Amino acid sequence: MASADALTATTPSGRLGRGPRRPTSATERIAAVMGHHLLVARRTWKGTVVGRFASPLFFLLAMGLGLGALVDERTGGIDGLPYLRFVVPGIVAMQAMTTAFGESTYAVMGYIKWNQMYSAMLATPLRSSELLLGHLAVVALQLTVSSAAFVLVAAPFGAFGSWWAVLAVPVAVLTGLAFAVPTFALSATVDTDNVFSILFRFVVTPLMLFSGTFFPIEQLPGWMQPLAWVTPLWHGVVLSREASEGVAPGWSTLAHLAVLLLYVGVGWVLARWRFRVRLLP
Amino acid sequence: MTDEVLLSARGLTKTFGDFVAVDGIDVEVRRGEAFGFLGPNGAGKSSTMRMVGCVSPVTSGELTILGLDPAVDGPRIRARLGVCPQKDILDEDLSVEENLWVYGRFFGLTRAEVRRRAEDLLEFAQLTERRGDRVEPLSGGMKRRLTIARSLMNDPEVLLLDEPTTGLDPQARHVLWDRLFRLKREGVTLIITTHYMDEAEQLCDRLVVMDHGRIVAEGSPRALIETHSTREVVELRFAVDEQERHLDALDGVGERVEVLPDRLLVYADDGDAALAELGGRGVHPLSSLVRRSTLEDVFLTLTGRTLVD
Ligand SMILES: Nc1ncnc2c1ncn2[C@@H]1O[C@H](COP(=O)(O)OP(=O)(O)OP(=O)(O)O)[C@@H](O)[C@H]1O
Ligand SMILES: [Mg+2]
Repeated sequence: MASADALTATTPSGRLGRGPRRPTSATERIAAVMGHHLLVARRTWKGTVVGRFASPLFFLLAMGLGLGALVDERTGGIDGLPYLRFVVPGIVAMQAMTTAFGESTYAVMGYIKWNQMYSAMLATPLRSSELLLGHLAVVALQLTVSSAAFVLVAAPFGAFGSWWAVLAVPVAVLTGLAFAVPTFALSATVDTDNVFSILFRFVVTPLMLFSGTFFPIEQLPGWMQPLAWVTPLWHGVVLSREASEGVAPGWSTLAHLAVLLLYVGVGWVLARWRFRVRLLP
Repeated sequence: MTDEVLLSARGLTKTFGDFVAVDGIDVEVRRGEAFGFLGPNGAGKSSTMRMVGCVSPVTSGELTILGLDPAVDGPRIRARLGVCPQKDILDEDLSVEENLWVYGRFFGLTRAEVRRRAEDLLEFAQLTERRGDRVEPLSGGMKRRLTIARSLMNDPEVLLLDEPTTGLDPQARHVLWDRLFRLKREGVTLIITTHYMDEAEQLCDRLVVMDHGRIVAEGSPRALIETHSTREVVELRFAVDEQERHLDALDGVGERVEVLPDRLLVYADDGDAALAELGGRGVHPLSSLVRRSTLEDVFLTLTGRTLVD
């Protein structure tokens, strides 16, 4: 290391000066966590943005336009809606789900276990719950950006029946968080990433297919429908579709929102607990 | 050093399941002191450091740091600590200086402050030329230097260094020691773990030797050597397999004989006299060396093991 003389600017050893440090507020600390993750995202976004953006676009082209033409020709759309307008709001919610899983599995396990940055961050005034909240806030921000971008791209194709479609963005963020928050808890619990490939194969893919994204769940065999009811994606898809068509909210809207919020709330309690136990052994 | 007790542990215990990693230790560190934890692998040094760093809940016993209780005031205590963990934990996606900036922000330093501070610390860590590089391809020693620099970002009152110089080249070690001396002179309290005896003797006013989670000796380096070892040590090397044969002839020479795989250590206050006595008994080792006792010998005596295995 270099001679410490370079530090004479302050005191011989480079101390900032005596006296207690100004205390930090929780908000300030959470913002610092967000700052960290956003900086990392700025350095790494090129690697993820193409996949993130290309996949919903492919779905839009293949399903919305390709399959859509066929469906509309044969059946006159779904419930009187052109297939494109049926499927795109579903894809918005679905994209939020996949983004959420992408951000809350390997990324979180990496910070816990591989590079262990979480534990370095906790040597500062941060609390584990603030660490969690800051990271989740960045995930919410990423969900906002990716959903808004997709809505903007899909709109010129005539994918939305109403300006209320802008509400599909917050719906997508909520849907994404309904997956991300519990998945943070999972990632802070499991020991290996094998769990994630199981998750992607046996949870994410079936949910994509059977949550009313591409066809109404009424088409599913009766025993499968309850599965759609208890998982978040179907609720997100229905809300997104209602928003996109400007359907006036009703009691069912509240029920869908409540389910998503329940996932976020229970997920938060679990994740906060798992983070504390795992990161402060 | 002042009389203010900065760290006080009574019966401090840490268990992981059934395993007792730290077994009821009593420690007191005063402000401005340089305090060391020595011990073989698995002795419980890092576990103790993590409790002191308020990132590991105390299983039982009492722990007070800066007059505060870690269970209640963790964030307030951590704001005043600098922590260099045993393992270099850096964000490899970020550059060298970005690692310092984001870390400083957790302490509430402004953007301007973290930049100024990082500037100084990069200089100190000899990483100014690498400031914009990603961390991942840096050498092990550079990562270590960056981790140490980061622990100083918040200008701590107490510095916790867990094996700070492991992986550093000799020049970097001396620069770090120099820096630590300066910090100590300004009243910063140093709490250090190390496997290097020269480091402990150089840096620590007082130290404890830990083994199996317990404290087996305590005192200043000099006092420990005086209490637990002789003034001098004679190191004897024999041809392979001949060591055993000579053991009997060593009986009564010096105070004690320690058998290591590659050499014999004879503890005696006058090493040269002991060596002469051996010559008289017809013992002629391949090589011999008379040296002063070090903490290494204290350690060997107390734990029956060498420090660096
Ligand atoms: N999180 C943990 N879970 C279970 N056991 C642990 C945990 N952390 C430490 N231990 C155990 O506690 C014991 C003491 O470990 P510790 O890291 O404190 O030793 P140390 O003195 O720092 O050793 P070293 O010189 O190798 O760094 C070891 O046996 C270790 O396996
Ligand atoms: Mg250790």
